[in-house]
Parts: sequence; structure tokens; C-alpha cells
Amino acid sequence: MKVKQYKDVLSKPLIEENPITLQILGICSALAVTSNLSVTLVMCVALTSVVSFSNLFISLIRNYIPSSVRIIVQMTIIASLVIVVDELLKAYDYETSKKLSVFVGLIITNCIVMGRAEAFAMKEKPFISFLDGLGNGLGYSVILIAVAVVRELFGAGTLMGYEIFSLVSNGGWYPANNLLLLPPSSFILIGLMIWGIREYKKDQIEPNEFKLSGHATAPDLRKKEANV
Amino acid sequence: MNDSIVRTLTVSFLVCLFCSLIVSYAAVNLRDLQNLNKLNDQRIKILKTAAIYSPNESIESQFSRLTPKFVDFSTGDLLDQYGDYDLNTYDPVYFSKQPSHSTPIPSSEDIAIVKNKENIGKIYLLKDSSENLEKVILPIRGYGLWGTLYGYIAIDSDLNTIRGLEFYAHKETPGLGAEVDNPKWKALWDGKSIYKNDQVEIEVIKGKVDPLNKMAIYQVDGLSGATLTSRGVTNMLVYWFGESGYKETLKKINYES
Repeated sequence: MKVKQYKDVLSKPLIEENPITLQILGICSALAVTSNLSVTLVMCVALTSVVSFSNLFISLIRNYIPSSVRIIVQMTIIASLVIVVDELLKAYDYETSKKLSVFVGLIITNCIVMGRAEAFAMKEKPFISFLDGLGNGLGYSVILIAVAVVRELFGAGTLMGYEIFSLVSNGGWYPANNLLLLPPSSFILIGLMIWGIREYKKDQIEPNEFKLSGHATAPDLRKKEANV
Repeated sequence: MNDSIVRTLTVSFLVCLFCSLIVSYAAVNLRDLQNLNKLNDQRIKILKTAAIYSPNESIESQFSRLTPKFVDFSTGDLLDQYGDYDLNTYDPVYFSKQPSHSTPIPSSEDIAIVKNKENIGKIYLLKDSSENLEKVILPIRGYGLWGTLYGYIAIDSDLNTIRGLEFYAHKETPGLGAEVDNPKWKALWDGKSIYKNDQVEIEVIKGKVDPLNKMAIYQVDGLSGATLTSRGVTNMLVYWFGESGYKETLKKINYES
């Protein structure tokens, strides 16, 4: 019973309840850091570790957090973890940390981290909260990696910096699609993914919030006025 | 119970205390490694400015091809000795912030908003195997839009032609001013001249350089959307190649070689 629950919190966020494609959270960094796969991988590791550990620590002290300051307490814990991750990156992978620049710091404001802390870790036990964080971090990573592979491969002809398609500009055959290197392209790619997932999981399609009324044409209006 | 004021304050205090301990532990323990990374990054920039960087060799050994020299800004002399300071580890930017080793620049002269200039600077000479001067690499800095840009500029042995320009630290807007890091823009600098009749003429202009213009050799395309950063780069070159910058030094290097 418990094992199944553990499995569920870990695997559901990968596709079915993916934080990016179902909840549409964490889009900001999904646009910003996906033009290069190796940078994306570092970002995924950074976010996954922050969300798992913030869930763990918040869950550990969840019964002591006064509800009036709970968001600030969560933020303090998340911010500290992000700073530690940033410091580690600066020490051990300086090049990537320079490329990621502010986006590591912006993990603090990533809605996935806050969302999981508030929605899950405040209510559940530490271990399962940790797994939930891990699952959501991996769900985020799956989408980011997919976007990054498409963007880097078709935008620059490389993967992890290694040449896959030789570019026309270097005397090869592949004309690079520069649009893919620009942030808006990830909007399109993520949109396509959301479409794909909703085709397969019909229950994710939200009901219309309102219905478009038919056109009121000019003769109709005249008729109405005549009736009055 | 959880919401009493005492409880709220205690929990907040303990969380903050604990978090700050972890953060400071990480910051203090990783500082050495981070500083080493920063130093190496700066060295890579110097090597790239000199156009001798290759990623496969150790930075240490490549860096040893450059000869550092102290520069006395009051006379323009090149020195091998300055007090007890080690030529290899001397950091001019650090000393520009020490009142005993720096001079405030009068605001009428301070076009690049450098504010305080170190009394003794440090430059690098690149020599070929028979000790002939190939390039001179000079540190420059000046204010852009959001903060000071720190960089290096390489000039040819004619002491007038620019061979490379790199910035290693700045706070300019990504996509606009931060395009000073764009390789295409940096490549525009190669071959441009600094002095015309002993006056600094090099300038980042607005828009594109007209190659037919007589002044084209002194002009570099402006960064679109970053007028203030472009102006800052011009000001910094005018300042550092002017009388209070490296002008005298370059003349002395010229006599020597």
C-alpha cells in the first residue's frame, strides 16, 4: 500500500501530472535555459535538488510553522537551498554557472518549488514529501530536456556542444533554424507537448469557461427593435 | 497555539539562524575554489584578448607566455619592481580601492567614471620567441549603464592597432548592453586604429560604420538598443588611452622596442 503510494508520487508528475504541462508552472526558466542541452541538464539537477530538499525540510518542521508566517518560512528555506546550490555551482562548474547567471537565483521564485511546499510538504510526512519533490523535479526535467534537445539540435545542429548536423555556415548541409534559439520557440514546443499529452489523456482537457454566442447579424437587430 | 506571537517569533528566529548558518558555511568553505575559478576566468579572458587561448592546454602554461609589467601612471614608466608586491598576483583593481595606493580622479577628467585610479597598474606584454614585441594587453574599465565594465584590450606592436577586446565583468542588460560579449561585435575591433595625430579618435558610433568614410578605421558599429553602454565603451577607451591613462607608457614602450 505504502510502496504504491511512494511509486505514485514519484511517477505521476513525470507525464500525467507534469508540473509544466498540466499546471503550467515553471515556464519562465523553461524558456530561458533550454537553448543548450548541457546548461539545461545543470539547471534540471539544480531545480530537482532544491525542490526535493525544500519539501523534505519544510515537511520536517511542518507542525511547528505558524500559519501566519508559513510562506516566509518556506521562502527562507528555499532561498537558503538555492544560495547553497548557486555557491556549489560557482565552485565546481563556473562556466555553466556563468551561463545560467540569474536563473539559478530565480529558482527561488519558481512556482513549482513554492507550489509543492505549500500543497504537499505542509501536509505530508518527510519521506513522501521528498519523493514528491523528486518526482516533480524530474517531471520538470523531462520537459526541459525534451525542449532543449529539439532547440539545440534543430537550432544549432549540435547536442551537448557536439556537432550532429553540419551547418551550412560551416560548409555542411543543414540550414540552422534560428527561431529555435530564441526563447519564444519554447512556448511553441511546450504548447505542442501540452496538446500531445491532452490528446492522450482526454481528462486533462478543461471545460470551456464560457461559450461563444453566435453572431448577432444586422437584420436580427432590426427585427428586435421592430418588436419593441 | 502555533500562532501565538512568541511561537511565531521563535520559529522565525530559529529558521533564520539555521539557514544563515548553512549558507555562511557553504559560502566560506567554497570561497577559495570560487576565487580560483574567477582568477582562471580572468586569465582566460586575457589570453583570448591576446588571441593565444587554446582550451586544451593548461591555463598556467599558456599564461606564462605573457610578461606582466608594473606601470607607474605618474611617469608612464614600466617597472619590474614595486615595493614588495608580487608581479604575478598584483591586482590593480584591488589597489584602486585602497586610499593609500590610489588617487581620486578629478571629475572634470573622469569621463569614464573610473573614480579612483591605482597609482601602479599592471599590463601584459606578448613577445615572440626572439623577444620581439607582438602585442600589449592593457586592462581597461569604465562605467556603462548599470555598472562598471572591466575588460582587456590588446594592441599590436605598432601601439596603435587594436587586436582584441574582451570584458570579464559587467552588469549590462542581457540582449542589449551585454552584447559587448557578442563574438561578432568583438570581432569588429580587430584592425581598428586608436590614435590619429596623437589624439584618441577611436569611437563606438551610432549605427553602422560606412566603410567608405575616411574615419571608418577609427569607428566601430554601435550596439543597437544600448547607446549608453556604447558611449561608456568609447569613454573608457578615450580615458585609458589618453594622457592620464597609458599614452605615456605606450610611447615609452615604443622607444624601447
